[in-house]
Amino acid sequence: MMQLTTREQSGVLVVSVSGRIDHASSEEFTRLLEPLLINCRQGQPALLLDFSGVAYISSAGLRVLMMASRQSKAQQGSFAIAALTPLVQEVFTISRFNLIVPCYTSVDTACKVLGQ
Amino acid sequence: MKQVIFWGTRGSLPTAPTGQVIREKIIAALAAANGRSFRNRDALEQFVGGLPFTVNNTFGGNSSCVEIVTDGPDHLVCDMGSGARPLGQSKIARYGTPNPQTYHIFISHLHWDHLMGFPFFAPMYIPGNHIVIHGCHQQLEEAVRMQMRAPCFPVDYSQAGARIDFDLMTPDLPHEIDGVRVTPKLQLHTGDSYGYRFDSAEKSVVYSTDSEHKLDDLASFDSFARFFAKADLVIFDAMYSLAEATSVKADWGHSSNVVGVELCQAAAAKRLALFHHEPAHDDAQLFRLFEESIRFEQITRGDRPPLDIVSAYDGLTINL
Ligand SMILES: [Zn+2]
Ligand SMILES: [Zn+2]
Repeated sequence: MMQLTTREQSGVLVVSVSGRIDHASSEEFTRLLEPLLINCRQGQPALLLDFSGVAYISSAGLRVLMMASRQSKAQQGSFAIAALTPLVQEVFTISRFNLIVPCYTSVDTACKVLGQ
Repeated sequence: MKQVIFWGTRGSLPTAPTGQVIREKIIAALAAANGRSFRNRDALEQFVGGLPFTVNNTFGGNSSCVEIVTDGPDHLVCDMGSGARPLGQSKIARYGTPNPQTYHIFISHLHWDHLMGFPFFAPMYIPGNHIVIHGCHQQLEEAVRMQMRAPCFPVDYSQAGARIDFDLMTPDLPHEIDGVRVTPKLQLHTGDSYGYRFDSAEKSVVYSTDSEHKLDDLASFDSFARFFAKADLVIFDAMYSLAEATSVKADWGHSSNVVGVELCQAAAAKRLALFHHEPAHDDAQLFRLFEESIRFEQITRGDRPPLDIVSAYDGLTINL
């Protein structure tokens, strides 16, 4: 069961994601993100996914992130991911998703950029 | 089935290395030699053999053509891209003329990069040979004839010396051909394409190129995992990165190394061959994609047995 917990840091909505985002859980991941993405628009706090608790992400999970990034862009909101574990970071590099979804090394770094 | 021989591995358009590419390889080889001298040809061969693949070889540039060597008397070939020319020459060299042979050719789809080698496939001009072109597209015969007709080509289709038959196959239905069970499967590609699964008593090979996989279509993922199930070799369209295939090049009809690995893992396939290489990629880029695919398999393997990964190149022979 995937869990998302939200908190606020420096005016950014930080959402901790944990577990495995594989083909089986990607639909659930989409459902859980949906209400958060609706508010990811101009004039609203940036939405940042804290990925430090994510051990694995499959291509289906990566697609959910791309769709989220796309939706937030269309709404002129800001969406990013931070604190990827080394293995998940490698998956982002190999799939080239690091080029299409904004990634930050840590939540603090991301909040400094997005919180303004 | 004994072997798979790759005669053409490039996607979309035959791609020749430029003079600059060859220069770079010579410079890299000379730098590695570092002033050494070599007693004879054997010593040179040994040194060159030890150089990295990107220096002593190339992925090559002929478009899709893959031979499956069976235990039977006939020849099985997937697609007639420009790799069909060297394939035909090797058959003539081996069997001479006249020496009637039967060729079964399985056409994934009618895009030009998969058909353009047929007019250069020498066995088709030699009386006594029998060529059966198998496929699932209604316009199969028309497409093959069309490219050998003025003003597209100087030699008309009617000049073929071999007997040529067409066999329209039914997707999902196994067909017995030369002791091999061949099952086509519909794939997502403009104008449709078909993958082929070849099963003999001992071995299974899947040829699945020009096939896009939509990441949110889990039913399709499962059906391809079944199509690839426990295959000894899956030849897979890995033309783009996953990000390209899902964003800027979505709906262009191709897939990625990442999806190839995931499907083979779900299918418990033994070996994956990356195929249909992007013409814009040079040897260094293709080799990097190959190494990244190996790494991706390692970090996502979990408890599964390892999946062997190769990146197909023109001239590669895989023993099954
Ligand atoms: Zn193609
Ligand atoms: Zn095509």
